[in-house]
Amino acid sequence: METVIIQYNAGNIQSVLYALERLGVNALVTDDSEKIKSATRVIFPGVGEASTAMQYLKERQLDQLIVSLKQPVLGICLGMQLMCAYSEENNTDCLGIFNEQVKQFKPDTISVKVPQMGWNTITRLQSSLFKGVDENSYAYFVHGYYASIGTHTIAQTNYILDYSSALHKDNFYGVQFHPEKSAKVGEQIIQNFLSI
Amino acid sequence: MLTKRIIPCLDIKDGRTVKGVNFEQIKDAGDPVELAALYAKQGADELVFLDITATVERRKTLSDLVNKIAHKINIPFTVGGGIKTEEDVSILLQNGADKISINTAAFNNPSIIKSFAKNFGSQCVVLAIDAKCEEDENWYVYLNGGRVKTNKLVKDWAKEAVDLGAGEILLTSMNHDGTKQGFALDITAQLSETLPVPIIASGGGGNEQHFLDVFTKGKADAALAASIFHYKELAIPDLKRYLHQQQIPIRL
Repeated sequence: METVIIQYNAGNIQSVLYALERLGVNALVTDDSEKIKSATRVIFPGVGEASTAMQYLKERQLDQLIVSLKQPVLGICLGMQLMCAYSEENNTDCLGIFNEQVKQFKPDTISVKVPQMGWNTITRLQSSLFKGVDENSYAYFVHGYYASIGTHTIAQTNYILDYSSALHKDNFYGVQFHPEKSAKVGEQIIQNFLSI
Repeated sequence: MLTKRIIPCLDIKDGRTVKGVNFEQIKDAGDPVELAALYAKQGADELVFLDITATVERRKTLSDLVNKIAHKINIPFTVGGGIKTEEDVSILLQNGADKISINTAAFNNPSIIKSFAKNFGSQCVVLAIDAKCEEDENWYVYLNGGRVKTNKLVKDWAKEAVDLGAGEILLTSMNHDGTKQGFALDITAQLSETLPVPIIASGGGGNEQHFLDVFTKGKADAALAASIFHYKELAIPDLKRYLHQQQIPIRL
């Protein structure tokens, strides 16, 4: 019974691994499809650029594998965006688990910085992923693209506009923020995912 | 709403914090991991570690320390000091650092900003600038920890660095650093209003009002300080409560 972190060419994997360790879970970091398939839970992290990451996943047939998973899967940041249908970041067709679109933040004024970097609130929380997490809790975000609001939205955040800070469909979950860097709130969310 | 960030800075030498600290809760005032954990618990939004080790062993000592911090700390942290090559960055990120900060090496070889941004993403490349306002009322870039003056204007260098891919600017005013008389509001606001990346203001924060000013008049996205936190002249929870009362978006 194992939690697996999918290893690919988008960084941030160590932080997720250590966050799990702090919760007493020793996860396996791997790109081995058999190990991913047989895992109890799968975490799909990522910081980076969408088209390069998708290319990498396709070359290793990890794209088809991720879509076919039946156990709980948590996409983080770029991982969540790649689980959407399409990203404006270099016009990339993504995995299509969520039909939401990923678009670029376009501020009207230079005083609004892109990427968004820092702590912002998560609201309209739904699903057991947010059990014990208060409305308007703070989470840590770093991103220049956002997922639009749609039928799979289970949390919203406002930066320039309202967007999806978390998505859920069947066994697939995605969070735009970094739970592994979001202090106690993030730990609670990871713990909740581990209890699903 | 995106909040303003409060960032304590720890100076590191040979894996230990350089300036002693004055916390009863801490058993070993020189242990950066213990101090970092306390700041994280108190509500610091991020941490910055600046390594000033000069020995040949520095890389190993620093990567070991970063690894320990990453295991313990559940908020983002930046590591700076002596980073010159992609390999330096790679080792620190692999050990769990979220961002790296570069200063003199980037000024002497600006192409590293571009290569770091391309290989690791702009979000983890912080350009630190030591700035000094001269008698001609212009702000100039200083190097080597403030010992070497250049003829480059801060606003020009910051713009160049952002164009090359720097994702954040950590601006330290040498005129204000250590004075506890407040941050450099004019140059901070100037950079913040003309550049599309977050500006972290550093140098001069001595009381709550100074932090309020740097977020309102200085338009800073984040404020960094060291000794006022280490010596408990200002406690992070008190500072954040004050800013919240003053209608500054802040994480409590």
